[in-house]
Amino acid sequence: MLESSLQQLGSALRAKQISSVELTQLYLDRIASLNPKLNAYLTVQPEVSLAQARVADARLAAGKADALTGIPIAQKDIFCAKGWLTTCGSKMLHNFVSPYDAHVIARFNDAGAVNLGKTNMDEFAMGSSNETSHYGPVKNPWDQARVPGGSSGGSACAIAARLCAAATGTDTGGSIRQPAALCGISGLKPTYGVVSRYGMIAFASSLDQAGPMARSAEDLALLLNTMAGFDERDSTSLQRDKEDYARDLAKPLNGLRIGLPKEFFAAGLGSDVAQAVEAAIAEYKKLGATVVDISLPNSRLAVPVYYVLAPAEASSNLSRFDGVRYGYRAPDYTDLADMYEKSRAQGFGAEVKRRIMIGTYVLSHGYYDAYYLQAQKIRRLIAQDFTEAFKQCDVIMGPTAPSTAFKLDEKGDDPVQMYLSDIYTIAVNLAGLPGMSIPCGFGANNLPVGLQIIGNYFGEARMLNAAHQYQLATDWHSRAPQGI
Amino acid sequence: MSLNNADVRKVARLARLAMSETEIETARSQLSGIFALIAEMQAVDTRGIEPMSHAQDVSQRLREDVVTETNQRELFQSLAPKYKGLSQVEAGLYLVPQVIE
Repeated sequence: MLESSLQQLGSALRAKQISSVELTQLYLDRIASLNPKLNAYLTVQPEVSLAQARVADARLAAGKADALTGIPIAQKDIFCAKGWLTTCGSKMLHNFVSPYDAHVIARFNDAGAVNLGKTNMDEFAMGSSNETSHYGPVKNPWDQARVPGGSSGGSACAIAARLCAAATGTDTGGSIRQPAALCGISGLKPTYGVVSRYGMIAFASSLDQAGPMARSAEDLALLLNTMAGFDERDSTSLQRDKEDYARDLAKPLNGLRIGLPKEFFAAGLGSDVAQAVEAAIAEYKKLGATVVDISLPNSRLAVPVYYVLAPAEASSNLSRFDGVRYGYRAPDYTDLADMYEKSRAQGFGAEVKRRIMIGTYVLSHGYYDAYYLQAQKIRRLIAQDFTEAFKQCDVIMGPTAPSTAFKLDEKGDDPVQMYLSDIYTIAVNLAGLPGMSIPCGFGANNLPVGLQIIGNYFGEARMLNAAHQYQLATDWHSRAPQGI
Repeated sequence: MSLNNADVRKVARLARLAMSETEIETARSQLSGIFALIAEMQAVDTRGIEPMSHAQDVSQRLREDVVTETNQRELFQSLAPKYKGLSQVEAGLYLVPQVIE
């Protein structure tokens, strides 16, 4: 059961070969035994999950099941879920039991999926290693001395360690794709606006996008069918016709034009990662694809631009945490300003405070034009590079991350080193394009390598097709870490 | 560009973050590193480029001016933080330290 696809699980549930209660209990037992080591989940509520599973079983028995009815899915702790502790990895929300459901949670509930628990993450999604979580880092199931990546590291770890059938993540600068790469799983960040951000705790609103994480592209398509769709409660949600993201999975890849940006294969890329990615490209050629050399000349500016825009938006979004209406309030203070300052100083961790400080600075009087406006202009140049590139190719491929999983504490106190982990993923968020990562081999120390596939706007079905055909021809995605 | 401790102190105050002198010093050194990374942007010629504030150039939707939310005041206020063990909600309002004498 642990190795079954979501489609196989759905068939088994509908054929009564297994019940949702049995499947949910199987995962709950695994979580109880393995989570103390891996720290992938922050909250599990077995009785709540099992009650949901019983409802799913009744729905299955009544013959009213959808594709995901009865399937246990882990939710990143950034999604508000009614009656669930929703911490966003922060002490600031250590006691926040959400009074409402995020759009994504409601969609899974409506589909009859079981919420298996809330997964660990970098605090407010700010991090690339899961080490900024107030609740301790997640361990990489391939090597527990290493990080799972971040910020959706708990979800990536839970999938790799078979602690859930699938999970959700969010991606502001690479937070789905980079942990997917480092944990050897598949993850997709859709086009900005495809999945509603309602009830998803905001980090940088013009970049944040939720997406599915799973063991295969086929599973991702099924999950995205549930997650995507217009929601009037998110002002940036796009009004589009409903799509079946699985519609092109079976298409052959003959004639697929793959763009290879020279900037993604330059200095800074680990040789083991480069080797695995090049082997994947060779496999694509065997499958009928052709390769085009392209250039994204402004992509080198993506990291600096991101570290102006994302903190600027974060400093504004996080101003709501003031200790007045919910969340953490300092135990002692003298007056109102002191209450704000102490509640925020004690409730936020170091990385979150650092980004609030950067954001406050770049938006402050006298610096706005030089930093914020200049970054927004370069953002357009970066997006235009992609528009030019997509005149020559259908998808863009390259590495997801410059290295395989690094050791816990390895990047230590140097935030800039950590920021460079997302050097290949950030430009995609700035442009608002869809991007995904799929496993494409192993590097040094037998650690997974991710292949990044970037599509044009609304190109998800095409990307999933390319990923699925590769996964039919290779078995990297079905490898599981041993000896956890 | 280089930041001094006074700059950092000012930003911390604007961001409503209490910081000790040691924390100010650490923040100054780390922020200077980050601004060195960001500085790469400054040399780019962006004359005539329209700033891009959003991934999709769509305008804000308008909706009918009707009530769409139900009143859940009690549920929401049940989440309010306590102070010295006491509820900080009274008569449907949140309590904060006195601002006006």
